[in-house]
Amino acid sequence: MSRTFVGMPPFPTAARAALADTQLRANLAHATTTIRAKRAAVVAELDDWEALRLRAAAIKDDVLLHLDEHLVRLEESLTARGAVVHWARTAEEASEVVAQVARAHGVDEVVKVKSMATQEVELNEHLAAQGISAWETDLAELIVQLGDDLPSHILVPAIHRNRAEIRAIFEREMARVGRPAPADLTDDPVRLAEAARLHLREKFLRAKVGVSGANFAVADSGTLVVVESEGNGRMCLTLPEVLVSVVGIEKVVPTWTELDVFLTLLPRSSTGERMNPYTSTWSGVTPGDGPQEVHVVLLDNGRTRALADEVGRQALRCIRCSACLNVCPVYERTGGHAYGSVYPGPIGAILNPLLKGVGHDEQTDSLPYASSLCGACFEACPVRIDIPSVLVDLRAQVVDAHRSGVPKPEALAMRAAAAAFGSGGRLAAAEQASGLAGRALDALSSLTRRGRRAGGRRLVGRLPGPGAAWTDARDLPVPPRESFRAWWKRTDGGTR
Amino acid sequence: MSARDEILAAVRGAVATARRPVEVPPLDRPEREGDVDLFAARVADYRATVVRCPPEGVAAAIAAALPERATVVVPDGMPYAVPGAVPDAGLSSAELDATTAVVTTATVAIATTGTIVLSHGAGEGRRVLTLVPDVHVCVVRADQVVDDVPAAVRRLDPARPTTWISGPSATSDIELSRVEGVHGPRTLHVVLVGPADGTPPGAVS
Ligand code: SF4
Repeated sequence: MSRTFVGMPPFPTAARAALADTQLRANLAHATTTIRAKRAAVVAELDDWEALRLRAAAIKDDVLLHLDEHLVRLEESLTARGAVVHWARTAEEASEVVAQVARAHGVDEVVKVKSMATQEVELNEHLAAQGISAWETDLAELIVQLGDDLPSHILVPAIHRNRAEIRAIFEREMARVGRPAPADLTDDPVRLAEAARLHLREKFLRAKVGVSGANFAVADSGTLVVVESEGNGRMCLTLPEVLVSVVGIEKVVPTWTELDVFLTLLPRSSTGERMNPYTSTWSGVTPGDGPQEVHVVLLDNGRTRALADEVGRQALRCIRCSACLNVCPVYERTGGHAYGSVYPGPIGAILNPLLKGVGHDEQTDSLPYASSLCGACFEACPVRIDIPSVLVDLRAQVVDAHRSGVPKPEALAMRAAAAAFGSGGRLAAAEQASGLAGRALDALSSLTRRGRRAGGRRLVGRLPGPGAAWTDARDLPVPPRESFRAWWKRTDGGTR
Repeated sequence: MSARDEILAAVRGAVATARRPVEVPPLDRPEREGDVDLFAARVADYRATVVRCPPEGVAAAIAAALPERATVVVPDGMPYAVPGAVPDAGLSSAELDATTAVVTTATVAIATTGTIVLSHGAGEGRRVLTLVPDVHVCVVRADQVVDDVPAAVRRLDPARPTTWISGPSATSDIELSRVEGVHGPRTLHVVLVGPADGTPPGAVS
């Protein structure tokens, strides 16, 4: 069984360990660079990419603001199509529905399509505790599961393993849980994929219960959509007699028509393909075709908490493409494990605190700081989630949650930054204020011992008083005495 | 309170003060004809085989695409003759696993992405039919080719199960090197039935 992320150290500690792993860094750099280039090429093929992003973001915003209506409609359509709808407030409730279905059919194993929602609720561990094995069928997930390991990337969870390691894992572990690896297995990816095909086919053909997530759920028609590459999804959705799909409540789209934009954006953003090899859609039970007993679990598990967050709400637009991971300079160097969650990278840095709330555990609270705020994620995101703004807002929330009494300067600064970047007028005002502060700090820097010049710019060393902790791990550049705007105005764009 | 009511109440509470009409911009793309040549090229990009033929050449093209001495299954309502093929009379998954190939038609095809879409009615068969056998031969008519994904979405019925196929199954999970064929059919042949424009039977694009 795969390990869980429970008890992971906070991001800075975990990141330091990951950075020391040169193999991991090389694999990650290769993977993210390759996917980035592919994505850029297929995105450039479409001349209306920005219009597609705007449409997708608006559809999701509309859904989120009226989510109750859409969920009720989805439930109606699913029920009308012969599906049984369950609602789960928590991870445990969702996992328990799956366990109940498995028990009702007297099975001790289920086959699974890779799904973020089932990883989030730690379904496999829950089932294992009841003596039910959940077989991961996605090649990478299989590698992770057999290697008793943790996924490190939404899309390519075994990105941290090279072919020699994978061969060793297959040779060692496959026989323990089913058909053994072929005796003459090599580390050729074609041979490794073949070994997985044979190992898993046995499981597909005998499985009675399949478990999936869904990329989209169409409220109007009760259609669920699963986007995949290998065909293991089709196997799990088609061969078993019983299918349980765990679907986050934010996955709703109003009608079938809206899939036009999402099925265009997702594969190009995700694997950098014009289209992924397989997409499956189904609506409840189709007589004589596929599972004849269909369950859908609608999962909250913190989503309504995130929905209530005015700035953070937009994170629920996420279609889990992983484009933001691949462009992130922090992720590229640390990998996914350091984020200590099934949702790594920039989206994980905002989604985890939004789902779980801040101020409860150090690990979650460290995530909003796992970013340089460079903005690459926002640019790559197909549903235009402004991750940097959400990060800044969450930092303020983390600080607020830890203080009693007066807000720390760090919290105020983050709040102010969030507010200032939101409007040009406020930015101008803030720059004036920072110009004042700059002159004050400039004077200060000559007084503190660490005050020095870097790249021609003065640095404040350790701030005195309440700002001290902030500058412990950071060099704070002295704000310029005059803002760019003010300089531009005074010199008429440098002409005076 | 039931889980359902509690979640719905939490949703209402979360958005109570935020509700506002959101203007959703429509998809603003000119309707273009599906470019059949582009479709053929894009399918070939996925390392699937594309064979173009006129309507009278379909049977020969299917026969050529099938491996020798293959066991072949065809769904109900298959409009083209496939000599020697077994009709699908509710074959079990194990029986399908012992079958080499399947021949079907499709509902719609997408030029810009090289995708074929099955909606599993007459001529297309149950979903399992095009999943378990290792070779899939799919006959697509040129008039079924649309330009893009949105056009395909418009042509499909959300109540039917659909399977969108873009090349053979593939994985890039091992060091990102692409391997064709993991769980679905490892070989995909598309027989593209042209308007009778004189494209010689068997011409490979
Ligand atoms: S936040 Fe955007 S870019 Fe990142 S995974 Fe979600 S949809 Fe993709």
